[in-house]
Amino acid sequence: MTDFETGRHLAYLAAAALFIIGLHLMNSPRTARRGNLVSGTGMLLALGTSVLALIHDGTARSWGLIALALGAVVGGAAGFIAARRFKMTDMPQLVSLFNAVGGGAAALVAIVDAGQRPAGLDSISAGTGFVLVADIAIGAVTFAGSLVAAGKLQGIVPGRPVVFRGARGVNLLLAVAVLAAALLTITRTGPGWALATAGAAAIVLGVTFVLPIGGADMPVVVSLLNACTGMAVAMAGFLLSNTVLITAGALVGASGTILTVLMAKAMNRSLANIVAGGFGTGDNAVTTGVPGTDDRAVQSVTADDVAMQLAYATSVVVVPGYGLAAARAQSELVDLANTLISRGISVSYAIHPVAGRMPGHMNVLLAEAHVPYDQMLDLETANRAFGHTDVALVVGANDVVNPAARTPGSAVYGMPILDADKAGTVIVIKRSMGHGYADIDNPLFSDPKTRMLFNDAKAALNDIAEATKTLIS
Amino acid sequence: MSYSLFADLAVFVLAVLVGIEVISKVPVTLHTPLMSAGNAIHGIVVVGTVSIAAEAAATGSYLLTFVAAAFAAANVAGGYVVTDRMLAMFRPRKPVEPRPAEGDTHD
Repeated sequence: MTDFETGRHLAYLAAAALFIIGLHLMNSPRTARRGNLVSGTGMLLALGTSVLALIHDGTARSWGLIALALGAVVGGAAGFIAARRFKMTDMPQLVSLFNAVGGGAAALVAIVDAGQRPAGLDSISAGTGFVLVADIAIGAVTFAGSLVAAGKLQGIVPGRPVVFRGARGVNLLLAVAVLAAALLTITRTGPGWALATAGAAAIVLGVTFVLPIGGADMPVVVSLLNACTGMAVAMAGFLLSNTVLITAGALVGASGTILTVLMAKAMNRSLANIVAGGFGTGDNAVTTGVPGTDDRAVQSVTADDVAMQLAYATSVVVVPGYGLAAARAQSELVDLANTLISRGISVSYAIHPVAGRMPGHMNVLLAEAHVPYDQMLDLETANRAFGHTDVALVVGANDVVNPAARTPGSAVYGMPILDADKAGTVIVIKRSMGHGYADIDNPLFSDPKTRMLFNDAKAALNDIAEATKTLIS
Repeated sequence: MSYSLFADLAVFVLAVLVGIEVISKVPVTLHTPLMSAGNAIHGIVVVGTVSIAAEAAATGSYLLTFVAAAFAAANVAGGYVVTDRMLAMFRPRKPVEPRPAEGDTHD
């Protein structure tokens, strides 16, 4: 190894270490921002080193350099602008788009590498063949699948499961085609066209894999595709024998897998069941019922009644659901909370892992509305708190507080829920008696200690905040 | 299997295990920024596009190199900027005041 080579490898090793330290610093909201900077430093170090090596080696043709520089400028500007402009509610779409371009870039790296091998593909080892085809196939599935997922989340592609006759058969056929082409590449029976077939079949598979999955299941799909991008990048690292790509790809693969499993668990579904598709209407914020048409006895109250309950409580736990974000009512909620806090009432937020459109999404939406992170309680902490909470204020949430999850035989049995019904009084703000994502009745609404306020979340919270201010002053 | 491939495989397996350890400790509150941070980190594929820019020697490869570089650059720039934007919003209850000793802020 020349001195330059040694320096290059040491720099890549340092960059990989900085990624790990950066992720480690994300174990607390206090240090998380610094963690992202540490990881960014690692990225700059790795990128700088690779550019230096490119100049040092001097084998690149000028058109190659021009393509690289032009691409970097165009893509960098587009990414920067998107990152600044995207709304926090649209974060899942943005993450999905970044998965798409990351996976796409990894696949393209393998394609260009395969095309430029001086001895052609006939002389590659079985290991290289495996890495090549895995990089292209995983990258292509991720690219196409993430674009469809982003389209579904944005509402460009229908959110409802798109199912056609024989869809599973088509998926199976495509998967077999990818595997067969992979086998041909690895055994070097027909590398060139086999590799192209694997890539083409994988792109179609990405589309047909995500289309039948309902919009409400997209958070799990996005997490899964995130893990896939990591794997594709790791494969590119094997191909180029670059440890920093391997390490970074493995880290993202691990994180995506962990988040996928956590989300599936919080939704009380198996990953296989989600991937099989066809579940739900595509959007859990849709309500269809009409207020008061339900025959269950519910106690309907006015905003003034709610204000009274809140103003004389000593502790309030808010349970925000995606309905809150859909109604863009976070700032009204925080306004109400601040009024209560100024009166000495303790206010915190109980956040279910599937409260938003991706893991932890609701926390970001509340942070954006200036809720301090130490007021946000996770599932376990919140459930310990409900027993000595005066009022649980449920806004735009349904299934995540459904006590039926404790009853064997119920469709949601076993789903981890927030025990809002353990609080002294439960106030539910909801547009109607419509069902949630799981499409079943919620016994919490007819509980004798529950008060229902039927209104849009934004209007209701505004009314309650006004009434509370009048009461207090 | 060549020795270098074996060494790469060892790095991969160990990195997956380290990843599981480190990421399991990230609190639920930060899961969205975590996924976004992971997003930024897989932008490392930009280093791969630099490598293929050195290999490219035909019109098709130049074009694909351009697309790959644009994708990877969008990924890396966007990923870090949006993660920072999100994490900047996470603030503690009181404005942070200088304390004589840090480390007593845990609840």
